[in-house]
Amino acid sequence: MTQTSNATSDMTALMHEVAAMIVTALNLEMSPAEITPETPLYGEGLGLDSIDILELALAVSKHYGFQLRADDEANVKVFTSLQTLASHIAAHRTK
Amino acid sequence: MSVESQPLLAYADAGRIVAWRPDGPVSAPRFLSDVMRLAERLPAGGSVLNVCHDRYRFLVGVAASLVAGKVSLLPPSQTPEAVRQLKHYAADVFCLHDGSGDGIDLPKLAFPELAAGSVDVVPAIAVDQVAVVLFTSGSTGTPMPHVKRWGALVDSSRGEAERLAAVQPGYSLIGTVPVQHSYGFESVIMLTLQSRSAVWSGWPFYPADIVGALAAVPQPRLLVTTPVHLRALLDAGIEVPAVDKLLSATAPLSDGLAREAERRLAAPLHEIYGCTETGQLASRRTIDGPRWQALPGVRLEQADDLTYALGGNCGVRQALGDVIELHADGTFSLHGRNADMVNIAGKRTSIAYLNHQLADIPGVADGCFFMPEETAVDGVTRLCAVVVAPGLSAGQLRAALRQRIDPIFLPRPMMFVERLPRNATGKLPRADLLALLDRHGRSAP
Repeated sequence: MTQTSNATSDMTALMHEVAAMIVTALNLEMSPAEITPETPLYGEGLGLDSIDILELALAVSKHYGFQLRADDEANVKVFTSLQTLASHIAAHRTK
Repeated sequence: MSVESQPLLAYADAGRIVAWRPDGPVSAPRFLSDVMRLAERLPAGGSVLNVCHDRYRFLVGVAASLVAGKVSLLPPSQTPEAVRQLKHYAADVFCLHDGSGDGIDLPKLAFPELAAGSVDVVPAIAVDQVAVVLFTSGSTGTPMPHVKRWGALVDSSRGEAERLAAVQPGYSLIGTVPVQHSYGFESVIMLTLQSRSAVWSGWPFYPADIVGALAAVPQPRLLVTTPVHLRALLDAGIEVPAVDKLLSATAPLSDGLAREAERRLAAPLHEIYGCTETGQLASRRTIDGPRWQALPGVRLEQADDLTYALGGNCGVRQALGDVIELHADGTFSLHGRNADMVNIAGKRTSIAYLNHQLADIPGVADGCFFMPEETAVDGVTRLCAVVVAPGLSAGQLRAALRQRIDPIFLPRPMMFVERLPRNATGKLPRADLLALLDRHGRSAP
């Protein structure tokens, strides 16, 4: 039980951190708190495009020490929402 | 073969490799077999929207369409509005895809499994056959079709291969650019068909993907890319396998990035200049200076403050959207764009078109797009918009725009005002728009 809630709060903290990174890296006109875990990053949500994603991938590699790849099928879903991106970072980060 | 046709595939001997896939090379006889088998399966419609993600399947789709006498339509984006307009242009259009084809409201054909085969007869395609139609956004809201005939495409791509000295050695060609656009279609698809190059079937996007693609194919390797991808690759801090030639287009490359790329990747970097209307027109090795050399068969001439291109792949004299200085030695320099034209990360449109789309949205009383001062060297500067739309939220307006224009042109920021800073003649002085942006920037969170 304690372990689960620790994991949950770790994930919440990571999502805050990633939201702040998105806003800074892309110069978005919003505060990180406006990005909810379910906000789609493409399309209806933040409306990011492929240039943004490339920019964000660079920020991810600098902050978390791993490279994103598109030819890996699982990675297609990485930018679905803040939550999916944060989970992917949690699973692959080296720093 | 008569002079009125050109072969689908040049250098089609049995030893020629047309593509590299993760499971190995595709030979010319296998490629031609795939083309003939797919051509037999294509539906009756005369036009194809080919959205195959895999470059080999896209290539086979284009080639099979040529053999079957069908036209490949290449719209600038696949938004619902763009697809609707495509149907208006060609009522019998169908979609060839290798994924889900989701969101594309057209009859669909999923790229089929094709049994292995071997064909050594190269189809001849009439030079006046319409091969592809590319679209740009017209100023009235209706996309402008640009018809490309087979003969002109072949001549243009052979000119490019000759200029880049990429005809014979058999490059492994890796493209980070969409093949549905002018540059990618010419420098990935046509170059594969008309030089000895073999295309990598993947579409690498992230730096690590580019590295993986390079490692998957033999040398010599040719990387067809853009300033944005090149910058990301160099900034990623990862080791890049040997590259033998670099090609960039879509946006001007800075001398600094070109030098860094040549030094770190130890390969010459060439840039291509062109546009959808004319196709590729000229090239330069960026580190040699700002002067461009027209490709074989292309000539520029000037009249009434405008520069026109002759040759290229459009077949007619075409006015260019750039301010150009012609030099006595036949080279030329670029001095920016004519005011109304916008080019962001290789996608072109006009401010007039965007304003038309904005004004068309119910609830928008007035509004305009404008380009701020471009500050991001080798980066991407976004458009801004100022809008009078009292009944609409930012989210509603953004959703309505997304239905109409490519996401790359979505304004950032989008400023809501009570009225636009129009002067006495109804014009919007640029200085006033920039001042508005400046005030907005200072009040933003």
